[in-house]
Amino acid sequence: MADTLDRVKKIIVDRLGVDESEVTPEASFKEDLGADSLDVVELVMELEDEFDMEISDEDAEKIATVGDVINYINNHK
Amino acid sequence: MLNGKTALVTGASRGIGKAIALELASQGAKVAVNFAGSEDRANQVVNEIVENGGEAFAIQANVANTEDVQELVKRTVKEFGSLDILVNNAGITRDNLLMRMKEDEWDDVINTNLKGVFNCTKAVSRQMMKQRSGRIINIASVVGVAGNPGQANYVAAKAGVIGLTKTTAKELASRNITVNAVAPGFIETDMTEELSAEVKEGLFDRIPLHRLGKAEDVAKVVRFLASEDSNYVTGQTIHVDGGMVM
Repeated sequence: MADTLDRVKKIIVDRLGVDESEVTPEASFKEDLGADSLDVVELVMELEDEFDMEISDEDAEKIATVGDVINYINNHK
Repeated sequence: MLNGKTALVTGASRGIGKAIALELASQGAKVAVNFAGSEDRANQVVNEIVENGGEAFAIQANVANTEDVQELVKRTVKEFGSLDILVNNAGITRDNLLMRMKEDEWDDVINTNLKGVFNCTKAVSRQMMKQRSGRIINIASVVGVAGNPGQANYVAAKAGVIGLTKTTAKELASRNITVNAVAPGFIETDMTEELSAEVKEGLFDRIPLHRLGKAEDVAKVVRFLASEDSNYVTGQTIHVDGGMVM
């Protein structure tokens, strides 16, 4: 679990240039972390590579917060 | 000019697509020569490129088929390790007057000429976004701007491609991907060979340069749009039509 969180955090910090302390489960990519739609698409692509999974377009559209990502990964491992 | 670059040209076994594949290869790009049905002719294009010291391979895919396209792009990226240039050239005609046009004539042309561009663009955008660079060049047509009797399906698809070009250019600009269209007029290819001598003569009167274009004329503009020289050009439709539509 902690491992997933750390890996996700690192990707978000690298990709969006935000401070690690801002990456809380409640944080919304667009509202709180300054991501635009394309950033979220790219983030999903990077998560797919990092966790070696395919996230369908339908599922990707539902991802809004950091917690959504963690839940998705934990549910699809 | 394009040394080290990698390109995918759809519908590259003949006509304008073939000329584009040869032109990009002559500038040093490695080229994936896509074809739908003409395997022999695609192989001839590959052989011609290889004989001239270039690198290319032929790959079958129907651009109207989403799964085909995903496989096409996946294999191309695997082969080349990158994908810098996509030329959406594949196209068909099923001409008929609107009053006589059958539903499948409409659907076939829209699926290949418009949905095919969507399919390929979507499939390559992932790779290009990762690379933080890319060139997408869509082959439209001046009839997509001016209209043409007997080609409601073709014209609608080509006008759609021009709109798609502008939107894709806006969506992908922040990732350093440019998207432009080239709109050929009447070019000497299999597609225009079917026109009667009478129709051709009538055409000349509408073309200020008073002749048909050559596939190479189109290919050279594509080469420009694929190169670093066009860094600050995106969302545009460049007419290569002897001045027919201004």
